[in-house]
Amino acid sequence: MDALLLARMQFAANITFHILFPTITIALGWALLIFRLRWIKTKDAAWLVAYRFWTQIFALSFGLGVVSGITMSFQFGTNWPGFMERVGNIAGPLLGYEVLTAFFLEASFLGIMLFGHGRVSERVHLAATFLVAFGTTLSAFWILALNSWMQTPAGYEIINGEFHVRSWLQVIFNPSFPYRLTHMLIASGLTVSFLMAGISAWQMLRAKANRSTAPVFRGSVMAAALLIPIQIFVGDLHGLNTLEHQPQKIAAIEAIWKTERGAPLLLFAMPSAKDSNNRYALGIPGGASLILKHDSKAEVRGLNEFPNAHPPVAPLFWAFRIMVGTGMAMLAASWLGSWLLRKRAPQDLPRLLLYVFAAMTFAGWLATVAGWYVTEIGRQPYIVYGLLRTADVASTVPASHIAVTLVAYLLMYTFLLFAYVGVLRYLAGKPVSEEPPMVGPVGADGQTLEART
Amino acid sequence: MNPSTLNLAHMTFNEFLPVIFMSLMGFAMLVYVVLDGYDLGVGLLLPRASDDDKDTMISSIGPFWDANETWLVLGVGILLIAFPKAYGVVLTALYLPVAAMLCGLILRGVAFEFRVKARAHHKHLWNHAFFAGSLIASLAQGWMLGRYITGLAQGIEFDIFAALIALALPAAYVLLGSSWLIMKTEGDLQKLALRWARIAWPAVAVGMLLISLATPWVSATVRERWFSLPAFFALLPIPLSTLAALLGLAFCLRGERVLGRASHIPLMLSGYIMTMGFCGLAYSLYPFVVMDSITIWQAAAAPTSLKFILVGVAITVPMIAAYTVFAYRIFGGKATGLRYL
Ligand code: HDD
Ligand code: HEM
Ligand code: HEM
Repeated sequence: MDALLLARMQFAANITFHILFPTITIALGWALLIFRLRWIKTKDAAWLVAYRFWTQIFALSFGLGVVSGITMSFQFGTNWPGFMERVGNIAGPLLGYEVLTAFFLEASFLGIMLFGHGRVSERVHLAATFLVAFGTTLSAFWILALNSWMQTPAGYEIINGEFHVRSWLQVIFNPSFPYRLTHMLIASGLTVSFLMAGISAWQMLRAKANRSTAPVFRGSVMAAALLIPIQIFVGDLHGLNTLEHQPQKIAAIEAIWKTERGAPLLLFAMPSAKDSNNRYALGIPGGASLILKHDSKAEVRGLNEFPNAHPPVAPLFWAFRIMVGTGMAMLAASWLGSWLLRKRAPQDLPRLLLYVFAAMTFAGWLATVAGWYVTEIGRQPYIVYGLLRTADVASTVPASHIAVTLVAYLLMYTFLLFAYVGVLRYLAGKPVSEEPPMVGPVGADGQTLEART
Repeated sequence: MNPSTLNLAHMTFNEFLPVIFMSLMGFAMLVYVVLDGYDLGVGLLLPRASDDDKDTMISSIGPFWDANETWLVLGVGILLIAFPKAYGVVLTALYLPVAAMLCGLILRGVAFEFRVKARAHHKHLWNHAFFAGSLIASLAQGWMLGRYITGLAQGIEFDIFAALIALALPAAYVLLGSSWLIMKTEGDLQKLALRWARIAWPAVAVGMLLISLATPWVSATVRERWFSLPAFFALLPIPLSTLAALLGLAFCLRGERVLGRASHIPLMLSGYIMTMGFCGLAYSLYPFVVMDSITIWQAAAAPTSLKFILVGVAITVPMIAAYTVFAYRIFGGKATGLRYL
């Protein structure tokens, strides 16, 4: 295999592993803040237990997010050295602001959030929790600004092959950024909602439920029911925005090989690059034209208009359908669940539905990764859309080195993923202490001390 | 680069910008080496302690390790932001050790989280992973430092030099780690830490001596930089005060007086030794990002980009310093068992 392909696989493997954990920590940070506030307000031990249980999962996910993220910050240099040489003036400061404003904030206050009980006041602790949640969100802001800029570049000029900035505002708030940021943040909310609902459902099915299981289940199903229609709406707007800026990506998603009027919305097909056509196509006539142009007769540009500059079709076609299919499943499950929960307690739901939620524990991961594959593979063969090709910035490291490290990363990531899911299961089955927490500073002997400092 | 432009007083602001970022990158790397140094050192010492002591040792670094590693992200971050043209060169040349370091850091970071959450009988496996990760990461960092100082030059003598540093850096981390434990623990563990520090001391002293001799030997630039006349005397305080700190440390580690109120002194002295070693290296390197081949001006990003990020640096770095101090104060005093809530 050639070095370019290996470098791409390695980058894709690393970022795929990384994104699993931010997707959880971004929304879970806010959820923990809510649990904590609920507990302070109601003094209902259920929220305390919820807070304790989910804090463990947060800490674990955060740890995995941090170590894989550190890997990411080296990968730009090891895999795409040419990228920074050409685009460094733009990518550098955006990544830099992420480190300076977000990473230090989350990393420094995480210690206080996790271990600060008994050392700081409730207020300082709440503030630390808020800052961690805020930091994760801010980090999504910066990294998505960069990624969106790579998709829909704006506010730059090219001098001697190097990119220079003309307007930072245009660079950051580039045309696809608002859509991508919203879509990703809601994706995180959905991922966490289904994670919580799934683990709670599993606990109820296995008779491992604790005090917090029912309220957490109810809350997360409701949250999912609220978020999913917004996500679908935003996803639609996102697609229209992409049609405007990256028409070949949409053509690949819909497997439209030739420009046509009244393009069908394909539900199933086997796109074949060899003969530029779809086999076994099953679709709704005029559907794609209707969704994309709001007119079932309208013309949609096909891949034939982009010779040598369009992404591979089959992965986009399928990844997109996996994302949207998962979204539809989320809609069905969460709405049905919310409807039934109006009159019933979570424990009294049909067991089948609980099984469905347990099976969908990681549905958010599936949709999120599929969505990113659409976005990223859809940008190929460019690294900066329309301007810079991936092949031109690739590493000169020998293929064998990339292959060896790729295997090492893959082995480690597979192992860690199993360990992560294993520990989630283990923790979900373990009882959680309901003792009220210590307030005020505590010494080595566990007794409350006078305030330090 | 023409030597006259090295004079800071004659630079325009745009020429001066890379110097600012070079200093900042150096600062981030130094802070990283000292801070993550002590927690990597604790990881290296872990197998030598009893199970209870293992928990205390890890509790002592629990609230800090994540923030400590963030300084590495800032260090490479600045390399990437300010010197994008060197970023690719350096990371391509160090491809394998970087990957090894990353694997080590991953193993270590996750072991930290998993060991308290996994089933009881898996805990010792994660302890092993914690040690192995710390070892891989520190060896790889030492190796990279060795390769970097010699300008990424190829050749057997450079490999030997890098191997030497690959061993010296973990020794320094062990010294930092045991000094940290002397400060943060009590009782038998503290005494044990004192013994570890005594063992690490000679390795560090020999390592520093060898590096000071070897660096001018492998690089002509370094030789010139240090052994030209006025410079030699002006620089004398660096080696002399390092020597003094080393001797002071040896003195401190004798007997058990240091276990009492002065338990922070070994950490201060080890930190000072690392800082001075670092200043020496920085002086040898400047103004190169890659020794003898790429200067900071050749590698620098466009001034407009540097100015844009400088604003952020000016605002956030003092804030980062403030909340780092805040966190260290909250978790000041001897380490206690950690738990969530
Ligand atoms: C949408 C969100 C998102 C995306 C697309 C990325 N990250 Fe990330 N990253 C986060 C959201 C995040 C986070 C939520 O802020 C994390 C996860 C857990 C954590 O500790 O912070 C994080 C951690 C994290 C860290 C460790 C920070 C620390 O020390 O605390 C680094 C160095 C990176 N990331 C770097 C990257 C790079 C170079 C990426 C692009 C290729 C990237 N991340 C994609
Ligand atoms: C977070 C979720 C993300 C996922 C799952 C993801 C996934 C992928 C995948 C699968 C590829 C390979 C595509 C191919 O080679 O066909 C890729 C490439 C790439 N992505 Fe992403 N990506 C993500 C985010 C980002 C972000 C935030 C950035 C930049 C800020 C980024 C920058 C790149 C670069 C530089 C490449 C290399 C060029 C290439 O091979 O396409 N990615 N990514
Ligand atoms: C069901 C309706 C949905 C539609 C119509 C939709 C639409 C889209 C489109 C068009 C893109 C590609 C944008 C581009 O690169 O040009 C995308 C990307 C993405 N989708 Fe969806 N999506 C839907 C549901 C979901 C769900 C349920 C999730 C996750 C829970 C999700 C997560 C993502 C993510 C993470 C990305 C990549 C980041 C981005 O480009 O915003 N999507 N989506």
